[in-house]
Amino acid sequence: MPRDTLDRQINNIKDEVLILGNMIEQATLLSVDTLKNRDIRAAHELIEDDQLINDKRFAIENAVLILIATQQPIAHDLRILTAILEVSTELERMGDYAKGICKITIKMGESDIPIPIRDLVKMAELAVTMLHKGLSAFVNENLHLAQSIPLEDDNVDALYHKVYRHVVEVITANPATFDEAHLLLWVAHNLERLADRVTNICERTVFIATGEMMEMDSTDDEDQED
Amino acid sequence: MTENKNQPIITVKDLSIFYKTFRAVKNVDLEIFENKITAIIGPSGCGKSTVLRSFNRMNDFIPGASIQGNILFHDKNIYDEDVDPVQVRRMIGMVFQKPNPFPKSIYENIAWGAKMNGFSGNMDDLVEKTLQDAALWDEVKDELNKNALSLSGGQQQRLCIARALAVKPEIILMDEPCSALDPIATLKIEDLMRELSHNYSIIIVTHNMQQAARASDMTAFFTMDEDRAGVMVEYGLTTQIFTNPKNKQTEDYITGRFG
Repeated sequence: MPRDTLDRQINNIKDEVLILGNMIEQATLLSVDTLKNRDIRAAHELIEDDQLINDKRFAIENAVLILIATQQPIAHDLRILTAILEVSTELERMGDYAKGICKITIKMGESDIPIPIRDLVKMAELAVTMLHKGLSAFVNENLHLAQSIPLEDDNVDALYHKVYRHVVEVITANPATFDEAHLLLWVAHNLERLADRVTNICERTVFIATGEMMEMDSTDDEDQED
Repeated sequence: MTENKNQPIITVKDLSIFYKTFRAVKNVDLEIFENKITAIIGPSGCGKSTVLRSFNRMNDFIPGASIQGNILFHDKNIYDEDVDPVQVRRMIGMVFQKPNPFPKSIYENIAWGAKMNGFSGNMDDLVEKTLQDAALWDEVKDELNKNALSLSGGQQQRLCIARALAVKPEIILMDEPCSALDPIATLKIEDLMRELSHNYSIIIVTHNMQQAARASDMTAFFTMDEDRAGVMVEYGLTTQIFTNPKNKQTEDYITGRFG
């Protein structure tokens, strides 16, 4: 195979994307744990660790740029590499969401959590499962899987709306809880956006496999971009 | 590189080309569009130069060469009995792999072909105009009597392009015109091709895939089938061929995994 070097290097970069994805999965689950356990010290540590995520993202981008400059990839190869640039950006932003949740943990301090934490834990688990499958579909270019994952976003959205209703009820019943309830809505928002970004990864997988740019989530509201 | 393909200036219908009994090219259908740069790419032996040479009947010089099918130039089959192959080559000029100026002055290289074709206008003007069109005038205007062989390889190739332009063709065929040139001279030729495409249709055979991707509007990919005959696998906009080819053989070739 005349392009062994290119193929090997693309596979190496895909491995790095999986490692970055694993870092995001861990950070997301742990960030909700810090809230659940009121573990401010762990929250501070996770915020510091976000730098490792940023560093990994830049390392991936650098490896892609070097490969484009030295190997002149085209067609399918080029689509993979440009998609990796896009996906690594998505992952880095997901890392920011986890960092944001940790900041909320710190802001909440010892205050009561006025809504059921289990809904936020469940949201994190669903979103991380979507991410895990989304990255698996991405590196294996599994078109069928990539097309099925965005449907799971409905479950995350449903939980977000449940949390939203809880927050409104709690604030209405006791306006003094506004600050805490409002912060918890941001946690749900971050997790909901993380799941939306998994859909973006799936769109890139379809792009690699077919060359077609396809919007896969019609409910993805531009107004919610952050 | 637009979606607008213009009108076909050459229409190839079910073309097969033979060298004696060997079928070198098989069943090609192809439309070459006016004022576009069309690249023909493919592995060695796929018949791309054979097809290119058939467009101005250069294969007539090869003993035993024959064709089946039609090559229509403005709706007229150039292989019809009433067609003069010399006139075909005047309308459809050719530039070769290795620059091949005559061992004469720069001026005479341009003037000779025009004279042979009965040009009766102002020869100085014609020489200046064609050298300008070939982006060579500024480099040679003070030494038109200098021997053409003293020019650099890139300049010689642009002189050959100017020589082809002097007889006012409609189409210029280029058979790997940059394979003997350095990268800078190559880019100059590619820029020149883009300029010339405003007034001429250009068909280029190239082994250099980056060149096809950079310089052409349309790309045809040829390969060999099981009986070693050249076949056209895919033809389309260059932007499509090099980003999302429809055929796996095309993808394998342009990504360097085959050929």
